[in-house]
Amino acid sequence: MMTIDATTLPVIFASLMGVSILLYVVLDGFDLGVGLLFPFATPAERDRMIASIGPFWDANETWLVLAIGLLLVAFPSAHGVILTALYLPVAVMLIGLILRGVAFEFRVKAPQAHKRHWDVAFFAGSLMTALSQGFMLGLYIMGLGWTWGHAAFGLLTAGALAVAYSFIGAAWIILKTDGDLQKKAVVWARGGIWGVVLGMGSISAAPPLVSPRIFDRWFTFPELLLLAPLPLMSGALIALLWVALRHLPTRDDRFAWFPFAGATSLMVLGFAGMAYSFYPYIVPESLTIYEAASAPESLLIILIGTCFVLPVILGYSVLSYTVFRGKATSLSYD
Amino acid sequence: MMDTLLLSRIQFAANISFHILFPTITIALGWVLLFFRWRFARTGLQKWMDAYLFWVKVFALSFALGVVSGITMSFQFGTNWPGFMETVGNVAGPLLAYEVLTAFFLEAVFLGIMLFGARRVPPWLHITATALVAFGTTMSAFWILVLNSWMHTPQGYELRDGIVHATDWWAIIFNPSMPYRLSHMLLASGLTVAFLIAGLAAFRRLIGDRTEGSALQLRFGLTLGAVLIPAQILMGDLHGLNTLEHQPAKVAAMEGNWETGSHVPLLLFAIPDETLRTNHAEIAVPNGASLILKHDPAGVVPGLNDFVAADGTLLHPPVTPVFWGFRVMVGTGVAMLALSWLGVALIWRRKGAEALPRPFLFATTAMAFSGWVATLSGWYVTEIGRQPWLVTGVLSTKAAVGEVAAPMVMGTLMAYLAVYAGLLIAYIGALMHLARRAAEGAPPRDPLEARSPAPTPAE
Repeated sequence: MMTIDATTLPVIFASLMGVSILLYVVLDGFDLGVGLLFPFATPAERDRMIASIGPFWDANETWLVLAIGLLLVAFPSAHGVILTALYLPVAVMLIGLILRGVAFEFRVKAPQAHKRHWDVAFFAGSLMTALSQGFMLGLYIMGLGWTWGHAAFGLLTAGALAVAYSFIGAAWIILKTDGDLQKKAVVWARGGIWGVVLGMGSISAAPPLVSPRIFDRWFTFPELLLLAPLPLMSGALIALLWVALRHLPTRDDRFAWFPFAGATSLMVLGFAGMAYSFYPYIVPESLTIYEAASAPESLLIILIGTCFVLPVILGYSVLSYTVFRGKATSLSYD
Repeated sequence: MMDTLLLSRIQFAANISFHILFPTITIALGWVLLFFRWRFARTGLQKWMDAYLFWVKVFALSFALGVVSGITMSFQFGTNWPGFMETVGNVAGPLLAYEVLTAFFLEAVFLGIMLFGARRVPPWLHITATALVAFGTTMSAFWILVLNSWMHTPQGYELRDGIVHATDWWAIIFNPSMPYRLSHMLLASGLTVAFLIAGLAAFRRLIGDRTEGSALQLRFGLTLGAVLIPAQILMGDLHGLNTLEHQPAKVAAMEGNWETGSHVPLLLFAIPDETLRTNHAEIAVPNGASLILKHDPAGVVPGLNDFVAADGTLLHPPVTPVFWGFRVMVGTGVAMLALSWLGVALIWRRKGAEALPRPFLFATTAMAFSGWVATLSGWYVTEIGRQPWLVTGVLSTKAAVGEVAAPMVMGTLMAYLAVYAGLLIAYIGALMHLARRAAEGAPPRDPLEARSPAPTPAE
């Protein structure tokens, strides 16, 4: 039997956590993006937009629970440091998630006259969640300190992430709808792509300026060659997306999947860059994953469970996306 | 000005109290929905499908509220209670991880199919999805109650440099209070759902709903309540005896008993006074507490004065909330017993739920949320009763709190409370709205439908 020594476990758990965060950002990203686009849509379009994410949002949000759970479980001391430093934005995010999640249900179950208010709550909740997550990303990149400069950078990343979510949300709508709503979503995506370029650019510029260690990892030879594919591929993808969005929607709906696939790939690339830069630190520049990890015997018992359960989770997630594949129609319980 | 410790405790109490309202409904409602769905598949009678379609909406709403309020708590472990995971993370971590892995994803994914998939998947898969959602909610309750019970009665661990390390997972999972606490909570969930179903059905009949469907649900709720409440009273007694063995200070506070002794009376009413360490205005049943706890009038019952350190530090929980929480819970349970048994007797005498008298319907409507009252007061008894410990004998609550500025905790507490109050009003309002709509829209069916073939269970 394979033996696992104490240094591989933290890497495995950091990778699992990374995958969870990435899946969360992509999957709940498009849910939140749909919420952010709500003010631009008519009431009938809103119902269809909700229908396109209705069966999925709950499971999508569970990846956040898994990610924070893994942080809690595998790196308990980092969990405390990170979350007490991010106390206020976490509270804003949680209230946003509450509003967003319940508005889904209330907007169809509360009296019809209240529907408009729940639509506002859905948008406001999505916005609070996206902005606070972006703000936390900014503070994390800056090393979790609270200064005016850090807060200003946090506001920048807050805006960038909200735009990125709107972009992938619009891409999701292009994939899952047709007709006028799809045309509208193409227009939204064309606007959003500029925000994505600006956001990715500014977020990429910051880490090497903040940390000399990251600067060295980026700009010395031969490490430079390791990193170089990321910006090159991102640039190529953005160019392809730009071209595609000019020609969408096509008459036979070909390539409707492309914006979503492109947006997802961009997020994967951005995430890979972050992971590459910050490894091995879990609290930037102060606590590594090896220092913060739980006792090996506890990690091992979780890992065994994870090996059995994660494939099953992925399996039935695929089942769910298969059952609800194709263009979104109105949702009904019967 | 309140300090960070007290504010953090109030904040966590507010979050967990709001959260538990919804799992209490969904845990049992999942199984009830499976029952409705199965009855429809077997009989093809529309009234079972009507019941399913009504309660699946309540389930979806409750589930969403449970999910979002649960996420709040997983973050608050870190934001407010970093000492908890730092000290007992090696035990709490895997238990929470198994909850996410075996329960959360299962219920979240199959909920989508259960809610929206009836027309898209074959009936067997729809029934399976319903069963998996019910199973998932129950698994979630299992893992979280394992952890909670371990915090009350920890075993299977050792301390190394002040950090808990797991030594025996079997002992951790099957810790002494777990079977009692889990059974008590599952039954509480069943009772909450029973009275909610009976209560909303009674409300529908009061506002003029004369359909078979509302009568069916009224009878179902009352019968379920009548069956579960004796089991719950028995289980509560066993749970109390288990607490007496492992956490005697909590039982002393529940009984309001200051001095250890025999022939201890059962206090029906009293005002505990913690400064003078005595009770005022007692109304007591002689030997009652000794009889209940030791099944012997001369049985020795522990007193609170045994749990004071030599330097005067209190090692027992605050008495008043535990004492009164216990009485509210038991009182609600007695009311549930009276109402459900009277209801079943009336249904039996009058041959059906259609002829239940209006005063009885009013009483049933008033009891619609009685399960919440009993569940919350019971949780206050057991959780406040664990103080001053967070993990009995291992970690004090004070040692686990995070260093966050008090005004910041106060500010977020106010925000949470405002959101929760608003959502609670909206939730109860939405349930009443759904009941009213079902009452109005139910009777007139398309007359053509009667001639077309009966709806097959497949749909």
